[in-house]
Amino acid sequence: MTNKMIDRKTAPAYGAIENINLLKPAQTKLNNGCDVFCFNSGDQELVRIEWIFNNLRFDPAKSLLNSATNTMLTDGTATLTAAEIADKIDFYGAFLSVDYGFEQSLVTLYSLTKHLDKTLPVVKDILTNSIFPQKELETFIRNQQQKLQVSLQKNDVVARRTFNKALYGDTIYGLTAELDTYNTLHRDDLLTHFKQMYQPSNCTIIIAGKVEQPALDLLAATFGEGWDNPATPADITQPEANRAGEHFYYVEKPEALQSAIRMGTPFINREHPDFPAVQVLNTVLGGYFGSRLMNNIREDKGYTYGIGSGITSYKQGGALFIATEVGADVCKAATVEIEKEINLLKTELIPGEELSLVRNYMLGSLLGSLENVFSHADKFKNLYFSGIGYEYYDRYTNVVKNVTAEELLKLANQYLDFDEFYKVIVGKY
Amino acid sequence: MVKFNRFILDNGLRVIVHEDNTTPMAVVNILYDVGSRDENPEQTGFAHLFEHLMFGGSVNIPNYDGPLQQVGGENNAFTSNDITNYYITLPSANIETAFWLESDRMLSLAFSEESLEVQRKVVIEEFKQRYLNQPYGDVWLRLRPMVYKKHPYLWDTIGKNIEHIENAKIEDVKAFFKKHYNPQNAIMVVGGDVTLEQVKELAQKWFGPIPAGEKYYRNLPQEPEQREERRETITAKVPLNDVYIALQMAGRREQQFYAVELMSDILSRGNSSRMYRNLVKDKQLFSEVHAYVFGSLDKGMFVLEGKPTAGVTVEQAEAALWAEVELLKTEEVPADELTKVQNKTESTMIFSEMSLLDKAMNLAYYELLGDADLLNYETEKFLAVTPAQIKEEANKLFRKDNSSTLIYLAE
Repeated sequence: MTNKMIDRKTAPAYGAIENINLLKPAQTKLNNGCDVFCFNSGDQELVRIEWIFNNLRFDPAKSLLNSATNTMLTDGTATLTAAEIADKIDFYGAFLSVDYGFEQSLVTLYSLTKHLDKTLPVVKDILTNSIFPQKELETFIRNQQQKLQVSLQKNDVVARRTFNKALYGDTIYGLTAELDTYNTLHRDDLLTHFKQMYQPSNCTIIIAGKVEQPALDLLAATFGEGWDNPATPADITQPEANRAGEHFYYVEKPEALQSAIRMGTPFINREHPDFPAVQVLNTVLGGYFGSRLMNNIREDKGYTYGIGSGITSYKQGGALFIATEVGADVCKAATVEIEKEINLLKTELIPGEELSLVRNYMLGSLLGSLENVFSHADKFKNLYFSGIGYEYYDRYTNVVKNVTAEELLKLANQYLDFDEFYKVIVGKY
Repeated sequence: MVKFNRFILDNGLRVIVHEDNTTPMAVVNILYDVGSRDENPEQTGFAHLFEHLMFGGSVNIPNYDGPLQQVGGENNAFTSNDITNYYITLPSANIETAFWLESDRMLSLAFSEESLEVQRKVVIEEFKQRYLNQPYGDVWLRLRPMVYKKHPYLWDTIGKNIEHIENAKIEDVKAFFKKHYNPQNAIMVVGGDVTLEQVKELAQKWFGPIPAGEKYYRNLPQEPEQREERRETITAKVPLNDVYIALQMAGRREQQFYAVELMSDILSRGNSSRMYRNLVKDKQLFSEVHAYVFGSLDKGMFVLEGKPTAGVTVEQAEAALWAEVELLKTEEVPADELTKVQNKTESTMIFSEMSLLDKAMNLAYYELLGDADLLNYETEKFLAVTPAQIKEEANKLFRKDNSSTLIYLAE
């Protein structure tokens, strides 16, 4: 060992991030029209299987049907009670979850490969034989109403609901449940909804993990047979968003210690050619720990524990939004700073050093997000349901590496107008 | 099975290397053996405030985050009652940057007044956001001092009150650093696309020259066994009544821990669990109900919690929770039911091997428990638990005179 002093003031040399390799799935189609995508990688003897269904067309008068039908899938079938479903899954150390999203509803199974012969039939039963027992529905309604009462006391939740309602109106993205909305749920509607939506031609299966042929055969045998399409295909179109005219919403909470702020604007979605470049812009603004919003409003002013911006991309458009909770006494000051940061993006070029940092951060973050085979499947899912191909990530990495400060300035002027932002404050202002 | 190698630098820094070449990333996880239990009772919240200050620049590097983001890395940290844990993930080709950053802040912080000033404010906002401005957010501020009378677990990591954070001085920050942040009190795990030789060389280069510092010998007041029922009822701005029952339980290193944790699974893990099935679904007494443990290094907490449905009194709710645990005391758990929760634990351990960061954090934590290799024997210990042991531990645990009950009444 040498005693040479090391230079601690200078950063070690580092390399550019190259070779981001995405695993691509093998595709098959079952006889009943259900698509299967398979990602085979990893050493652990386990798999994750997702059954993904597009939601049915939204009916504002029955706004909870998509989410309630999904959530209640584990509550009983013609042959298994809710308790028996839970027992069978838990006994084999498996995890079964249902997840409702604005566009798709999922059933996800994590299982050791050796137990698939026991766990897959339970999922099959759920997808083909769910009966939504009346007693379970009543329990569901009561418990959801109680949970909603708790959520509605959280300022950030109220801010998000108010914001979505303003941006998307009476659509699946915008309309959220009030306590009495749950009273519109009826068992017959759930059954009808279930039969229309959970049909093979509206189903995409994604299996990821150490997937060998026997597992695939078992999957095909279980879900390719004895599961037929009804006479009419699922109507998965969605009405267009109807934005509110009013852009400012203040929900006053006189005793609030903090105010939740949520503001933003309707925005382009993933299909748009500018999407990768505006993601760079968003990252600079509020997309990472070192972002301008964090630096200014948390690290410089100490107004908040956290602030960030993000872009949501839906089939029917999307949004760029900023969200934070700040001390009630500095709420106005915080909004002034947010406005400053938006306008700065429109008037001054992003300095070279900052842009270089953001480029590397984004590429490292993409590389790091590919932690295991499940993450590769997640990337595919994003692309597939946006209707775009793997070339998106080539374009994305290319744009992140090469977009210029001049182009970003132009995009900021094209897409960001603080005066036109929807602004929601919950708390004190 | 998580394989690893271990070596110790002359200054006492323990280094664990987990090679995993299935990823292009590397993880550097540093656990400091200091948590809120090591704080002065008059300066609580300090370990956590200090965690924030660790990002405020070190002796040779004014900005911690920037250079890391520049090489495609990300980082974060957390503080618990027992430990403070910092981690970085970055492309493995740039791993030296992580060594450079972490070694400089182990060497010394910049101790800037501005950084302290701002982070005080940030932590106060965190206090408001997570503890004061949420329904039930103050539960641990209330419950901990009921369960613990002597041991410093009686305060939460955020601190007893905001004043303690407001009053933090730069001298206190320096003293805390000197006492706890040195190679002897740290465990570093480097995992991912790295080799043992490479890590040895980098560790020696960057961490080798750091002085060993003084060894901190922990001597905390231990919590005496509880011998009386404790309770508190508060009326608060919450939408629903809520019942919390906390019981003192064995520490993380005790052999009984495994049976006690499985008991919480039997009671409330998943939709097949007893409390969910009996109390939420069948009797419909609660809209939600939970049982969980705090696996603390010293005496821990076993918590039962439930929000009663409309029309159910808190007395009825409490009685129903006690009736469930009473059953564990009087009847042995059926073999199938025990196998079920053991299978779940086993598969959870296998699933956690899918995440490089989880593996690195686990290795560091088990090394703190005594030996990183304990991680690989953890499943066996859960599988060895018998119905008789569960019954025995239930009888020790679920006593009224070992309970602290906190009731929230909706205004």
